[in-house]
Amino acid sequence: MGRKSLLTGLLLAGCLAAKPSVGGELKDLYFGEALYFAYQGDFFAALERLDTEVKMHAGVDEPELDTLYYHIDAAEFSLGDFELRYRMHHRAGRAIRAVLEGAVDEATRNDAAFRLARIHFQKSQMPEAMQALGRIDGKVPEAIRDDIEFLRANVLLAQGHPGAAAAPLRALQGSRSFGGLAAYNLGIAYLQGEQRQEAVTQLDRAGQTNANGPADLAIRDKSNLVLGTMLLEDGDYARAADFFDRVRLEGPFSNQALLSSGWASMSAENFERAVVPWGILADREATDFAAQEAMLALPYAYGKLDVHGRAAVLYGDALDTFGAEINKLTASIESIREGKFLQALAREEIRRDKDWVMRLRSLPQSPETYYLMELLASHDFQTGLQNYLDLADLHNKLVTWQAGFDSYEELVEIRSEHYQPLLPAVDKRFRQLDSRLRLRIEQHSMLVKRRDDLLTTPRPEFLATRQEPEDLKRIEMIEAALRDTAAQYPTVMTERTQRLKGLLAFTLATDYHNRLTEFDKNLRDLDAAMHIAQVEYDHYVRTRQAATHSFVGYGKDIKSLRIQVSQALDRIGLLMARQGHLIEVVAIEALVSRRARLESFSDKARFALADSYDRAAQRQANTEAAP
Amino acid sequence: MFKQTRCLLIFLTFGLVPMLSGNTQDLSGDDMRSLDGQVQEIKSDVLNIASELNVLEERLLYPSSTQLAVFVSLDGEQDFRLDAMQIDINGEPVAYHIYSFKELEALQKGGVQRVHTGNVVTGNHEITVTMTGKLENGGDFSESGNFAFTKGVKPKALGVTLRSEGFGTTTIQVGDW
Repeated sequence: MGRKSLLTGLLLAGCLAAKPSVGGELKDLYFGEALYFAYQGDFFAALERLDTEVKMHAGVDEPELDTLYYHIDAAEFSLGDFELRYRMHHRAGRAIRAVLEGAVDEATRNDAAFRLARIHFQKSQMPEAMQALGRIDGKVPEAIRDDIEFLRANVLLAQGHPGAAAAPLRALQGSRSFGGLAAYNLGIAYLQGEQRQEAVTQLDRAGQTNANGPADLAIRDKSNLVLGTMLLEDGDYARAADFFDRVRLEGPFSNQALLSSGWASMSAENFERAVVPWGILADREATDFAAQEAMLALPYAYGKLDVHGRAAVLYGDALDTFGAEINKLTASIESIREGKFLQALAREEIRRDKDWVMRLRSLPQSPETYYLMELLASHDFQTGLQNYLDLADLHNKLVTWQAGFDSYEELVEIRSEHYQPLLPAVDKRFRQLDSRLRLRIEQHSMLVKRRDDLLTTPRPEFLATRQEPEDLKRIEMIEAALRDTAAQYPTVMTERTQRLKGLLAFTLATDYHNRLTEFDKNLRDLDAAMHIAQVEYDHYVRTRQAATHSFVGYGKDIKSLRIQVSQALDRIGLLMARQGHLIEVVAIEALVSRRARLESFSDKARFALADSYDRAAQRQANTEAAP
Repeated sequence: MFKQTRCLLIFLTFGLVPMLSGNTQDLSGDDMRSLDGQVQEIKSDVLNIASELNVLEERLLYPSSTQLAVFVSLDGEQDFRLDAMQIDINGEPVAYHIYSFKELEALQKGGVQRVHTGNVVTGNHEITVTMTGKLENGGDFSESGNFAFTKGVKPKALGVTLRSEGFGTTTIQVGDW
């Protein structure tokens, strides 16, 4: 443990704060839906939707017509964020790399480079993180300017370059978002760089910064605790005690500060002063690591003050407490061995708030999770625990999906039984109607072409009525007969036929425009009728296709998905067993370790109790013997 | 003095424990990391299955020619707390949703909720949106609105937007997405 992991904890805290957002008016519904799930912490659902949406966008021919086009950068950034939050570090970064390599403006590119660097940092890939930060050049969005510098400093610190990290951290001292963290990290950078005096001054400053919330207050406490511990190790007990006293009595570091404060006073042989913090601490939560030590340290201090009677009573109390806690630990170890811990973890209703692991202790036959707090703070255990819970969620999802396949198959079967007998007759009738419609379409096309031709080249005979060609034919027959027998008929007959023929030609010529207009009007009416027929036809074709699509082609897909789900369930079962076993082993080891510590404390207390009684009895005997 | 006193106590109390625990923790850490890689792989696989399943469900249950999806979003600052929403299509109730605190927060941050997915035939239809909730002054309120829409051959997505107009007045807007 020690300073390095302590530092890492605080480094990460500031770097994980990235919230997905739309950035302007929302135009893509499915991106909005992904955000809806992400804002609720359901990153599986968010990823499921957004990943599909981004893939579909990549596949469209004209992306600028797709609604995701307006949010594509934000969507790809969000994809990276969701993957990280769903602890899929291996996949995270692909989408953001796509933004970096695309044709984007300078600010967006720099934003992408920052996000990529943050992902590498979280994956502990420091050279890659630094390389990504190196790509930031030119215009940087105001909102992420401090984040970039804070990340740069953290990467440098993690790479073991505290001197280089100090510059960006100094620049962040006035930052609204990172002021407190940057002040603490600067102190740590000096410490890592062996600039002890600068570290003391800086941690002193960090321990007095204005705090705006619980996080700032915790950083301030942490700075004072680290500085106090440094001075304690240096033998500067009086100053060390001052810094421990600065730590709030109700903060997360108060127990350790009280314990260390007592040791500082004890080391300065100021036993009376040591009794005060240890007295407070010994009354606190009996499962706490520091409190248990204080239960032993407090009577030790009273012994030094020659108050052996009080010391004996306190050793007795400590023995009782340790005994009760050892029993609790034994029961907890047994409970974990029986699989109760994993059963309790898998209960969804208890996971509704951030302190859910602590609340597990309230469940019957569950282990005392307060003893696992230190373990829970370790990154590997947390990852393992989260993975176990994620696997349990995935298992539940897959089981639900698996149950749906039977229903889908039944649905397809029912549809098939309904449509299959109907379709042959429907298809036969459709084929007849289809050939008639095709004929009409052909005729309609021919008429349209004729009208278009008439508009450019007038042909009055094309618009003759049905009677007119017959009349013309008769006149021509009369003319031929007259020619053959010219001698028998007077000339007037020939003139009459010519007049009739002229009248016919005159009618065709003068009525042509009216007839063309009428023809066009009728054709337009026909267009409307043809359109209705075409709509009906299309509607039928779609319905016919929908009928087929409602039951054809699903068997293979359902079978394939059924196999995939079944295989995934097998793998998850195996992984859950391994992950669960590992969690149990590590948790049991932690509890066994704490029990061994308490057993050792008990031995010590038992020995010290006897010693205190002896001394108290001796003292009383001396007092009584005195004249 | 500090070191002497402390070391005595620590030696007596911790003894052999840190050595033992340290080695096992490292070993467990390696195992945890190895498992983590495999967990990430299975997550990726399950996401792919989910995606395929979504496509299958959409084809099977909500074909594009009849698909209707209704989405809900909030617009601007609200002076009310949305408690529940009911959606009726052509007079038939199709969705009723009671909002949890998390869901409401997600909507307020700009998320969009798919409240209903179903099927309607092509043609003209009517959607009725009814929302109930509480006003800032603690009073109950209920708003309802009817809107006509036309379903074509493509999937139809309707967006229900709730906007606070002040003084306890809320407007419901329904439009195409």
